[in-house]
Amino acid sequence: MTTMAKDMHGAGAMKDQGPGKAQPAGTPASDLLPDQTLVKWLRDMLLIREFEMRCAQSYQQAKIGGFCHLYTGQEAVAVGTIASVEHDDPIVTAYRDHGHALARGMSPAACMAEMYGKVTGCAKGKGGSMHMFDRPNWLFGGHGIVGAQTPLGTGLAFAARYEWEVLGASVDGGPAKKKVSLAYLGDGALNQGALHEAMNLAGLYSIPVIYIVENNGYSMGTAIDRGTTMAHDLRKKADAYGIRGEIIDGFDVVSLYDHFKPVVDWCRAEQRPAFIDLKTYRYLGHSMSDPQKYRTKDEVEAFKGKDSIDALASRLMSADSPRAKKRGGPILDEAALQALQAEVREEVRRAVDEAEAAPTPDAAELYTDVFLNPQPNLSPSGDYTHGSRNPLL
Amino acid sequence: MAQLTLVQAITAALAHEMERDDRVVCLGEDVGLNGGVFRVTEGLQKKFGPDRVIDTPLAESGIMGTAIGLAMAGMRPIPEIQFEGFLGPAYDQLTNHAARYRTRTRGAITVPMVVRVPVGGGIHAPELHSDSPEAIYAHTPGLKVVMPSTPFDAKGLLLAAIRDPDPVVFFEPKRVYRSFREEVPDGDYEVPIGQAKVVSEGTDITVVSWGAPVHDCLKALDTLPEDVSAELIDLRTIYPYDADTVAASVEKTGRCVVVCEAPRTASMASEIATMIQERCFLHLKAPVQRVTGFDTVMPYYKLELQYIPDAPRIAEAVTQTLAY
Repeated sequence: MTTMAKDMHGAGAMKDQGPGKAQPAGTPASDLLPDQTLVKWLRDMLLIREFEMRCAQSYQQAKIGGFCHLYTGQEAVAVGTIASVEHDDPIVTAYRDHGHALARGMSPAACMAEMYGKVTGCAKGKGGSMHMFDRPNWLFGGHGIVGAQTPLGTGLAFAARYEWEVLGASVDGGPAKKKVSLAYLGDGALNQGALHEAMNLAGLYSIPVIYIVENNGYSMGTAIDRGTTMAHDLRKKADAYGIRGEIIDGFDVVSLYDHFKPVVDWCRAEQRPAFIDLKTYRYLGHSMSDPQKYRTKDEVEAFKGKDSIDALASRLMSADSPRAKKRGGPILDEAALQALQAEVREEVRRAVDEAEAAPTPDAAELYTDVFLNPQPNLSPSGDYTHGSRNPLL
Repeated sequence: MAQLTLVQAITAALAHEMERDDRVVCLGEDVGLNGGVFRVTEGLQKKFGPDRVIDTPLAESGIMGTAIGLAMAGMRPIPEIQFEGFLGPAYDQLTNHAARYRTRTRGAITVPMVVRVPVGGGIHAPELHSDSPEAIYAHTPGLKVVMPSTPFDAKGLLLAAIRDPDPVVFFEPKRVYRSFREEVPDGDYEVPIGQAKVVSEGTDITVVSWGAPVHDCLKALDTLPEDVSAELIDLRTIYPYDADTVAASVEKTGRCVVVCEAPRTASMASEIATMIQERCFLHLKAPVQRVTGFDTVMPYYKLELQYIPDAPRIAEAVTQTLAY
């Protein structure tokens, strides 16, 4: 019997849950990274912020329809967590998903065109803001129903463990490997049944899924302690399912990585789940139409005081950091930072221009990509037609 | 070849495909150790092990969502939902996720999953355990919906469904599970999704049905006078359904009765009647009749046989339509 089969009998839930508080063991994980990786993180965070700013503009100009949930303020979470996993570790997230898509490597042009509902969008303009999917980058979507993506994250990790222990081969044809999946959720999803079913399954079967609660303190307009029990220590929820729980600060991306990466390594090695209460904050409303009566401007300003982009930029521009001392000067100077900002501005500007210029989907697209019709001409829905590939993905 | 019941035919199909493809896994409440609520997965865990036949907690949303994740990652999961009423908790996952990924990802991600669900009344169960909700899922773009009425079709359709790249809701009529046996080939064969079967050929009237009521139709046709030549069509696939076979038949006979167990309004019977008037209007000699359940909740078992169309009701509708 495989280890997996033993866990199927419930042994997983009886296992030791591992360390209770995420501690970087010995050398911080980020010390092993080259300077350029930290610069890349800064660039990714700047890109997300610029992208969201342009989304907001276009939305206000009524060029973007549907709904629009912006990631501004939370950039360190997507960038730091995605940097901690391998490129082919699958991830799922909720509807505040532009940041994850960009951090995972989706082209801003495909992402922006999707916002605009244009054919060059990642889902050919048929999904919109909440549905950023990028299969080549193992991003299995943004999802519009609160919490409903969490069992999918469980299933994705389940498949990976099955490939590793039972099949010995990966779906893409290569050898199987030990993987983890990341299942992001907001703190509002903590109270959805699907999450608890998913966590029970993950604990029971010992599935290497990492539930990342992007805890920005508000489920839409309700502060977390007004809607969620044990808000002061969400790890207790993980305890109930035999899952390792951690609280991690999500404002400083380097510290986030130092605390999160060891959890990922542990989950991958042990093939076990984890649950992270990742403290963060969104600067803008829940969606584009949010009067924000539930918080004060002072509160928002206070959080902007520990902005993750500012924090990383100062770290990289400092002459006193251990890295700076080692290399004999700061990693970035003012000119280099400005160049980075200009580069990102230009990239997003191009994405907006391309999205505006791209054609809207043909009406015939209404009938493509629904399902593979087994009986062409026999059905009232007509022949199955497969949309053309998106050159941007 | 062996004489199998519908239950045995489904078990045989599951075993056959699990043997052939090690990406196929079954998961659901009591499907392993206990062999499933209707014993459809009996013996499979012993044969294929607990990591391929997986007992889950009572958590339909979790089961369905996990199965979708498995399927998106290239597995071929077969979740079992114990009764059609229990699709309720899993409805969100099935309709808002599984059905839509091909569209959302413009074909990059599909969900090759077969949701096995016992369906329909007639086994003395309460409502939520006796419903016929096939129209709800036929009305969900992205889902395929099938309902075999015989052991032979059950095995062939299930093999086709497992190999299909899209999510298939596989409804198993409980009333037929053990009601009769027929010859089922041991080997590999598929009954294509989307093809109806002409059960008996005729020239005077077309009777269309699917699932358990197909057998009530057979009984009803047996009671008609010898000189009535009725054509009985078993739809087999509820969606995408075989409109051509039905329309060709009605163009020949000019009369049609559609029979199903589901509530009447917005049922698949309504859909088929509409399709017929659109496609066969000038051929029709009588209005298309629906013989269905009622627009009420499926009653408790004392009344269920009044609810489910029986042979006399079907025969009456056929007689009226012939006399119109």
